[in-house]
Amino acid sequence: MNTTALELIQAAFPDVPCTSSIDAVVLTVQPEQLETTLSRLKNDPTLNFGLLLDVTGVDFLEYPTPQATRFLVVYTIRNWEKNMLVEVRVPVADPAVGIPTATKFWDSANWGERETYDQYGIVFQGHPDLRRILNHWQFQGHPLRKDYAIEKGQICYESDSLEKEIKDRLASKGVNKTTMEEINTEIMYLNLGPSHPATHGAIRILTALDGETILANVNEIGYLHRGFEKTAENRTYNQVIPLTDRLNYCSALMNNIAYAKAVESWLGVEITERAKFMRVILSEFFRVQDHLVCIAANLVDMGGLTNYWYLYNEKEASYDLISRLTGARLTSSFTRIGGMYRDFYEGWEADMETHLHGIEKGVSDSLKLVLKNRIVHDRTQNVCVMPADKALSYGYTGPCLRASGVPFDLRKDNPYYHYETFDFTIPLGSKGDIYDRIMIRYEEIFQSISIIRQAMKMMPAGPVFVSDNHVALPPKAEVYKNIEGLASHFKLIFEGVKAPAGEWYDSFEAANGELGFYFVSDGSGRPYKCKVRPPCFYMMSGFHEMVEGEMIADAVINLGSINIIGGELDR
Amino acid sequence: MALGLEASLGDTVLTTKLDAVINWGREYSLWPFVFGTACCAIEFMSAAASQLDISRWGAEVVRFSPRQADLLLVCGTISYKQAPILKRIYEQMPEPKWVVAMGACASSGGVYDNYCTVQGIDTIIPVDVYISGCPPRPEAVLDALMKIQDQIKGESVLNDRHKDFKGILD
Repeated sequence: MNTTALELIQAAFPDVPCTSSIDAVVLTVQPEQLETTLSRLKNDPTLNFGLLLDVTGVDFLEYPTPQATRFLVVYTIRNWEKNMLVEVRVPVADPAVGIPTATKFWDSANWGERETYDQYGIVFQGHPDLRRILNHWQFQGHPLRKDYAIEKGQICYESDSLEKEIKDRLASKGVNKTTMEEINTEIMYLNLGPSHPATHGAIRILTALDGETILANVNEIGYLHRGFEKTAENRTYNQVIPLTDRLNYCSALMNNIAYAKAVESWLGVEITERAKFMRVILSEFFRVQDHLVCIAANLVDMGGLTNYWYLYNEKEASYDLISRLTGARLTSSFTRIGGMYRDFYEGWEADMETHLHGIEKGVSDSLKLVLKNRIVHDRTQNVCVMPADKALSYGYTGPCLRASGVPFDLRKDNPYYHYETFDFTIPLGSKGDIYDRIMIRYEEIFQSISIIRQAMKMMPAGPVFVSDNHVALPPKAEVYKNIEGLASHFKLIFEGVKAPAGEWYDSFEAANGELGFYFVSDGSGRPYKCKVRPPCFYMMSGFHEMVEGEMIADAVINLGSINIIGGELDR
Repeated sequence: MALGLEASLGDTVLTTKLDAVINWGREYSLWPFVFGTACCAIEFMSAAASQLDISRWGAEVVRFSPRQADLLLVCGTISYKQAPILKRIYEQMPEPKWVVAMGACASSGGVYDNYCTVQGIDTIIPVDVYISGCPPRPEAVLDALMKIQDQIKGESVLNDRHKDFKGILD
């Protein structure tokens, strides 16, 4: 718990009840106080909460203890420099009337509030573009409300035209009929996706072009919305782990770890030392895998197919270690609440070293093709620049934020699993262009490899699972031989790990940025609510700022450079 | 030793059935359209990469225009929002065309039995081969490819395929 942050915020808001929940300070404010509170948090230099991480809602309809209102909106905001986190809770009396918007303070509130509107039907007064984002436009009702049946699917017969949105965006850029007459051309609308080779998954990028230059851009997501959050509400905590694999499927094990860490931190479970080191080694290994795929695909978009083979073949080779360890190539489901599924196999160190060596060689070979390559430089330098202030306002985290020169990395700023003891640096960009985003990923691969080697030397022997039978399954010998073991096995399987009632947020530095989980527990073995704070959702929300004024071909490589992964984007 | 017409034409001409020669051509030059939406698309990337090399089956010419493709590989979850797009892509592909549902989601909705996921793409378009797994191994993609090739062997140019299919969007 961050006591200085609690004192500071309580002093700044003497009339508002402040409590704390893990790392965060929790403020509950009424809708009429919301704007002043948010404005103060953002603009007061002593508070300086510049990074709105996430917006979500809660529906208390089936919550066992009665609440003041049925709906609640939660803003999770971070001061990245001082490692302070605040959660602003706003009770919503009538969702149709709603609460004031936060879009005037942070740009990331735009998509965050749209999602809350889509999923819960809570209106944000004054929001510039309040419409559905994950569900299709013909959808009726709001799926995350507790009275919406999970299996009630709704057929979509045709896609949204987005005509109004692109025209509004053009108008906001000052392009109207007279401009079109002046430039003596008609504006051409070009639609990339949702099924297009350049979109790396299902995203729709609609552009208005003057020649090859993008005048305006609007994007539509939600094509891979798979109902993660609603499904998670119907599962026990451990049963959610396979679903987390399928968030960012390029680094599945990192999501497993982030999720398990978030649940354990609320339960107060301290995992064993060996499990901590295992998690460090595996999450850095998967960070490398994620970056390999990202750079490989990005360079293919640029026409550098050779790089793809150099980088992707090393990833393919790494599947040997991953599948021998976890039993699966892509979707590993390797963590459990309270530890890891099992220990490393015998002789894994040599395998790991072989793979690390191979990756170093593949990356170095690829760098030889890229570093002095005039085409790569011309296409990426000073192209699609994201300045630091805008990146923060749009809720950027991870490599894309660091490319803009903001040195925020949870592994340094809010270390967990002994990250403070490892010797590594955080690569930073100077411009925030595509070049920086690619190069940061290259450098992070080398840094992660260094962390893995250090952790392999430091890793102690011992169990990888806590022995507390309220959290972890007892060993099979106990299950078969005594009644206590049998009983706790059944209780854990049927009822799940019981999390104390409450609300909490915990986050993890994943390959794409801050991957957070916001939970509401009613004391049972299933999450009452489980919201993912996906890093690339907010990156995509700022996409139009990067590409407007650039060429259409730049938009394609820019999309690759921010590493949009559909599973995480749309959940 | 040649018989009948071939015997009188010498060794410069071969006769065969029209179906046999066309199917032979189709079998070894399948041009896939990869409708990749999720995790399965990453495993398709592995099937195309050096280690497994899909070009050994003559199917490496991945087309991203449905008008140039004859094999639709649906790799990943299809949501209701995505469904009309999948249907349109299928309709834009010229005949003859084959469809592979890769993985549990495309085949049946998989783990996502909920409000936004289509419970199997065969409710929208006709499917020829299903691949199990979540995600399947890339070898399974190659296996599906061979199953499609086997299926092509038995087809006739005179018969239309799947003319009476009716899905939820029709």
